[in-house]
Amino acid sequence: MGLKSNLHNLKEKYKGTKMAPAFNAIHTFLYLPNETTHNGTHIKAADDLKRTMNIVIMAMIPCLIFGMFNAGYQHYSAIDALAGVAREVSLFGNFLTWDNFVIGAWQVLPLVIVSYGVGLLVEFIFAVIKGHEVEEGYLVTGMLVPLIVPIDIPLWMLAVAVIFGVVIGKEVFGGTGMNILNPALTIRAFLFFAYPTWMSGDKVWVHGADPRVQDLAAGATPDALSGETILGGLAQNNSSMLDSAGDIWNAFFGFIPGSVGETSTLLIILGGLFLVFTKVGSWRIMLSSVAGAIAMGLIFNGIVSAEWVTESSKFYGLMSTDFWMHLLIGGFAFGTVYMATDPVTASQTNKGKIVYGFLIGILSIMIRVFNPAYPEGVMLAILLMNVFAPTIDHYVVQGNVKRRMKRLKVKTA
Amino acid sequence: MGLLSKKDAKLITDPLADNNPITIQVLGICSALAITAELKASLVMGIAVLFVLSVGNVVISLMRNIIPSKIRIIVQLIVVAALVIIVDQVLKAFAFELSKTLSVFIGLIITNCIIMGRFEAFALANKPWQSFLDGIGNALGYAIILVIVGFFRELLGSGTLFGIPVLGDPIEMTGVYGLGYENNGFMLMPPMALIIVGLIIWVQRSRNKDLIED
Repeated sequence: MGLKSNLHNLKEKYKGTKMAPAFNAIHTFLYLPNETTHNGTHIKAADDLKRTMNIVIMAMIPCLIFGMFNAGYQHYSAIDALAGVAREVSLFGNFLTWDNFVIGAWQVLPLVIVSYGVGLLVEFIFAVIKGHEVEEGYLVTGMLVPLIVPIDIPLWMLAVAVIFGVVIGKEVFGGTGMNILNPALTIRAFLFFAYPTWMSGDKVWVHGADPRVQDLAAGATPDALSGETILGGLAQNNSSMLDSAGDIWNAFFGFIPGSVGETSTLLIILGGLFLVFTKVGSWRIMLSSVAGAIAMGLIFNGIVSAEWVTESSKFYGLMSTDFWMHLLIGGFAFGTVYMATDPVTASQTNKGKIVYGFLIGILSIMIRVFNPAYPEGVMLAILLMNVFAPTIDHYVVQGNVKRRMKRLKVKTA
Repeated sequence: MGLLSKKDAKLITDPLADNNPITIQVLGICSALAITAELKASLVMGIAVLFVLSVGNVVISLMRNIIPSKIRIIVQLIVVAALVIIVDQVLKAFAFELSKTLSVFIGLIITNCIIMGRFEAFALANKPWQSFLDGIGNALGYAIILVIVGFFRELLGSGTLFGIPVLGDPIEMTGVYGLGYENNGFMLMPPMALIIVGLIIWVQRSRNKDLIED
């Protein structure tokens, strides 16, 4: 008797009771259910919601592992910088080292555990209250959350935000599949507005950078590590972080400070290709959102080269950034690939997806440039477009209906 | 209750829960979002509305037979405006700091839907005593929600209640609670008031299924 049959027996035993959804969830998460349809189905597919979600999680694993190494690397290079030693990154020399991994994993794994533990607990409670099966919607959200927060975020803040995001972002609308807003972004937005000192500035992106953390560590770490993100630097009109070609390659490969999983554009592109290849993520949304960002970036570059905006303007830093640089810095790539393509909150129609993605691209860059206080525009842009997605769909469907009506009239006339 | 008949008592108790002006009729939301970041402001706003609504209801009820129905809205507005100006002047004289916090929202009591709604729906058709009770009941229902929202927003947003530190710094300094509690800045923003009102509505309707509309 293996675990599977034990679980099945437990499930049968508790059938109809309040705890039934809990056993059911564990059973179907680990194994294929024993019950299969015997007749009447004509559609056969190996993928269900859980398989789909597992694919998304697989696409994010490289970002997670990279995030751990990068956390350690940023920590040690900030210590070096404090001692006046400049570091050149070399992949096997000082990046993929055991030291980096240990310190990164020590910080990142608790984030993952808290995110999953608290989120699934909320899901279980709601499933038991409502008396239906536990929904697997949190599987992807739980992996996204640790990737989009700063490394040193206190765990209780994360827990509060996860409770808020799952309850207000999802359960009040009726659970997985009914939510209007992306739950992971709801969680991040909550953190962003509730605890801004932990979510922005130059003191949160490198482990050990925050003085409060060091007070607790009682002088074990040096005095003031700082690690400004490139995006944050540009928002302050400080473009010295992108001087050399090496800086740009670092931004592409991801050897830069930032939220845990969003720094490596290369790995995100690979993950995106994986999602497109497995037909889980929509290439329409990804492509049109990149197109939107490029279009907006070009417009801003044009404004700068026409000299309507001079260096004295507070928008100058991000406005004069080359349009393609916008794709590499900040969370734009991560948001586009993993968040905007969320099938529940995105537009459903093919035409709608293109409009939806394009507007996300435009709005992301626009918010970045015009609101230096909120440099991470992609979060707000996606949340805003989540709200508009049904409207976009409505007009696409209406347009289709109208066209067909016209055709019908021509035929009958 | 000896003082009030059963029917009269209902006029006060109904708006407190099952017919609450904010959570059931969804009126007066605007001020509930704007001024509830502090408990003190919420309380004063509640008292101001209590005064305006109960006195206004009596005045309208006394005049109900002589107001021509064509101009009744204008008459109502004049009554509310007069009362609001009284409240505003009193606040400015005795609690200037607070009146600056509440700023325009005291003046905007004039446009509070609850007040016009009660004048129209109740005071114009009932006797002064009942109107007075109805005014008190509805204003209390409004004030209760304001105070609940204000309590949570001030406690979690600033860590204080009535301006007295409760959470956060003082406790952290004494070393009793050093886990790094921080105030939730989101609580101080109006969206959070909307969410708290929504949560109250949620709790209320899940306790009393009759309130759920299809």
